[in-house]
Amino acid sequence: MRPILLQGHERSLTQIKYNKEGDLLFSASKDIGINVWFTHNGERLGTYDGHNGTVWTIDVDSQSKFLVSGSADNCMKLWNVATGKCLYTWEFPTAVKRVAFNEDDDQIVCITEQRMGYQSAVRVFDINREGEGTSQSKEPAYMFNPVGSKATVCAFAFMNDLILTGHESGKIALFDMKTGDEVLNNERAHMDTVTDLQLSPDGTYFITSSKDKTARLHDTKTLAVLKTYPTETPLNSAAIAPKRPYVLLGGGQEAMSVTTTSARQGKFETRFWHKVFEEEVGRVKGHFGPINTIAVHPGGTSYSSGGEDGFVRVHHFDESYWKVKPYGDMEIED
Amino acid sequence: MASNDTDADYDIDDIDYSDIEAKYQVQPEDGFENIIVVDGVPIIDRSKLDKLLTKITKEFGKKGAPIKPDDIFVPWDDSTGKSKGYIFVEFHTADEAAYALSAMDGHPFDAKHTFVTNYFTDVEKFVNIDETYVEPKTEEYKPREHLRAWLADPQGRDQYGIYRGNDVEIHWHGKPSQREQAYKHTEWTDLYISWSPQGTYMTTLHRQGVQLWGGPSWLLQQRFAHPYVKLIDFSPCEQYLVTWSNEPIVVPEGAMQGSRYFSPIDEGNHIAIWDIKSGNMLRTFPAAQAEGEEPGSKKQLQWPAFKWSPDDKFVARVTPGQQISVYELPSMGLQAKKSIKIEGVVDFEWCPLGDKDREDAEKAEKEAKGGAKTTRKVKENMLAYWTPEVANQPARVTLMKFPSRSILRQKNLFNVSECKIYWQNQGDFLCVRVDRHTKTKKTLFCNLEIFRVREKDYPVEVVELKDTVLEFSWEPKGERFAIVSSSDPNLGNPGPGITIKTDVNFFQLHKQKGDFRLLRNLPGRTSNTIRWSPRGRFVLLATVGSSSKSELEFWDLDFNTEDVGRKETVKDEWGSGIQHLGTADHYGVTDAEWDPSGRYLATHASAWRHTLENGYAIWDFKGQELEKHIMDRFKQFLWRPRPKTLLTKEQQKQIRKNLREYSRQFEEEDAAEESNVSAELIAHRKRLVDEWNAWRRRCKDDLAEERKKKGTEVDGEPGPQEETKEEIEMWVDELIEQTEEEVVE
Repeated sequence: MRPILLQGHERSLTQIKYNKEGDLLFSASKDIGINVWFTHNGERLGTYDGHNGTVWTIDVDSQSKFLVSGSADNCMKLWNVATGKCLYTWEFPTAVKRVAFNEDDDQIVCITEQRMGYQSAVRVFDINREGEGTSQSKEPAYMFNPVGSKATVCAFAFMNDLILTGHESGKIALFDMKTGDEVLNNERAHMDTVTDLQLSPDGTYFITSSKDKTARLHDTKTLAVLKTYPTETPLNSAAIAPKRPYVLLGGGQEAMSVTTTSARQGKFETRFWHKVFEEEVGRVKGHFGPINTIAVHPGGTSYSSGGEDGFVRVHHFDESYWKVKPYGDMEIED
Repeated sequence: MASNDTDADYDIDDIDYSDIEAKYQVQPEDGFENIIVVDGVPIIDRSKLDKLLTKITKEFGKKGAPIKPDDIFVPWDDSTGKSKGYIFVEFHTADEAAYALSAMDGHPFDAKHTFVTNYFTDVEKFVNIDETYVEPKTEEYKPREHLRAWLADPQGRDQYGIYRGNDVEIHWHGKPSQREQAYKHTEWTDLYISWSPQGTYMTTLHRQGVQLWGGPSWLLQQRFAHPYVKLIDFSPCEQYLVTWSNEPIVVPEGAMQGSRYFSPIDEGNHIAIWDIKSGNMLRTFPAAQAEGEEPGSKKQLQWPAFKWSPDDKFVARVTPGQQISVYELPSMGLQAKKSIKIEGVVDFEWCPLGDKDREDAEKAEKEAKGGAKTTRKVKENMLAYWTPEVANQPARVTLMKFPSRSILRQKNLFNVSECKIYWQNQGDFLCVRVDRHTKTKKTLFCNLEIFRVREKDYPVEVVELKDTVLEFSWEPKGERFAIVSSSDPNLGNPGPGITIKTDVNFFQLHKQKGDFRLLRNLPGRTSNTIRWSPRGRFVLLATVGSSSKSELEFWDLDFNTEDVGRKETVKDEWGSGIQHLGTADHYGVTDAEWDPSGRYLATHASAWRHTLENGYAIWDFKGQELEKHIMDRFKQFLWRPRPKTLLTKEQQKQIRKNLREYSRQFEEEDAAEESNVSAELIAHRKRLVDEWNAWRRRCKDDLAEERKKKGTEVDGEPGPQEETKEEIEMWVDELIEQTEEEVVE
């Protein structure tokens, strides 16, 4: 199907997220706005205004009740999804680079940038879901500073009290949020900055993308590398398609050097790779800048990509995507 | 602690100090290193002593080792009152003694006496030499690896070498299943890699010199110590190697000596010639210096500086404006003790040997070895050179026989600004591309002077063109050539984003008329490179080194003729055999090379030229992409050359005759393999899926356990639940209009 072009941002996209049902798509960008869209027709439902700097990251809870966002104005905000009202604001000494809800929607993890003498910090907040949601505790429930290379991405692991992090050095690690100890790590997971980390539907494995031009699939429990998807361009985002054995990778030449090269060398395509066979299956063109973020519909029926060019493209998969069996009849578990 | 023993009184003499003594013993300085023994001195009586001493000091002084008569000690035989015929000479330092030792050894003192020098300290050593003869152990014979083992590959695959980052890899190329890496070596070379012309050796360049590698396990075969070597050139039969370094040769003190190393007389030179089999250095030369040119002035180096005759017998170099110096091998002496003096000579090229010439030469050699009188006259080498216009003398292209140095043909040319000499690879034709200018010297145009070398009196014909010719290329073993010409106004001022429009023309020798005629003109291209398949017929036109265009065009020039038998069928129509086979694109291509069999073409984008999409691709002759690899920091791609075929003419003919038989066999193999491969692939995938599914099941168990621990719901399959869709069918009846009609019957 023809992709739906969402033109609501004036600057490059930083992160996009589907809600659990997949009917809504949230997008954050370097202009200070957050938008929410209907995925089936691309109509804009509303905006979340209040940040005063690049919105680096967003996440939505599983009930589509709360939205959390982190921004370069050193704030993390909790929003009411339905009304667009800001419910609570946490302030930090440095920018917020990544936020994520846990499975039960009662905790948020966030990463703050290392800058101006402040260390990069990982904080976990308890979320009070009672009432309006305006009364939240100001202080984090837990906080720790990962030593060594700073963390760039994070998520709650399915195991109790563990947080998954990806680092600037290419390391991925599991931290105990209560003690701040590094429980497990894989130093050589990537050779360069980890740019994205997305969990599988059940959280038992996850995919990471990196500037080292590869994306990798890891076991959450052991952090061992299961699969590697090498490309010829730095990757900014990687997502796992549910119900079909594919992963989606997006990236492109650094935004800095884009002006000196033509679009054909930029490789601004979304690449589909077979999750198990580690073979490239296809590419989808469209963006005329690097792809910064990719998200797949939780039901696997569509995917969206947000680019440096300021557009979000929503692609609904055709019938043939489900029917075709390029590798023969094989039962691959999700 | 062995306390019991310490109680016992011991004698001090019992203790063995020998080990300690040996360790700390102070070696008495010999102090005799500065004394040498000179033997072979005339035996005299005392009266002549003074005369002898002055003579000896004089002789030493002449050789640069000055001594005083006081430094000489002459031992006397008391019984006869005569000297013993040898003397001792003392020097101030050991260095001086060492110099004198080498300078005076073998020095002819007079007609009867020749000096033999030795270190004084060595005399003792020589006295103590065991006189009994010990049979040297014969080293066990270890068969060396066959250097051409790759030719014996059962699938007949070709090899190629790639240099990428710090790694050099050698790959086999064949059917998809037969592509494999043959060898990989990290940090193999400091500069670049190169095959020898027949593919026997892989050459690597290092700070210390050149190394040659070969055999199936890529062992070191030979090394040549030429520090800071930058350029190399092999002789066509792989017997010799020329190396060049921009640093002049320096022989530091204590450097290795011997025939394989530079000696002091080589100091300051830039070029060295080596014998590959023995590793010996044959001769060194200073860098080429044109007449009246300041040493060290920046002028582009012409490489190869030395040009080899096709049979490896001669190597020649031109001194621009003066002469061509031809050296004989292996002695490296100047042939006939003099250079060929040619006023104003700019450049020259040797005529290559055709297959037939080579055969004749081999036969003649065989006959000569067998002692039979050579009836066949061996064809002499030939070379072509050109001289520019000087004063009122026209420019001239000359064909010369060598070593007889007789001039075969000369052609005068006018208004010449530049010439370039192209031999067809069988030596059948010679084309001299003459860039000419109009009287005002404002516009350039081009003439092709084609010499038909095999015909009597060497007829020359001229193809006049209005445009500038950028590229010229003979078809190997053929009677055709292709040129790229251009009349683009941007020609000559290259800039970023400028792609020069070019025309490509094919010419062919017309059999009946006996001249070269235009076969086909392809106007409005951007191609700037012609690459003929090494077996002729197929040709690639490529746009290389451009940032916006990178087209590859594949052409077949004998489309209508069956290759079987390769009979010269009568052409029905002039130029009708030319067929465009395909067009392809390799972004950022920097060069293209056919494999030795002429079936595949490799294009590559080297990081030495730019850093976009570096890597290489391999195509078949129709322009179908077979494989493509994009690799960071990819630098070099080189097919491994093959030596001349060992099959006789009859065997080749036989193969051609049975081509159909062979092709059926190959097709069967291909089919079998294809099914084999796909079966393998399916099995492989099946295994991957099974592994994955097993792992997923384990994961799910883990997850369930974790959840149980947490005390939350165990049942629910996490993730998005299939929302139970409730279908509500609604029937909406809307009453739009109601009319009543009365039906009257």
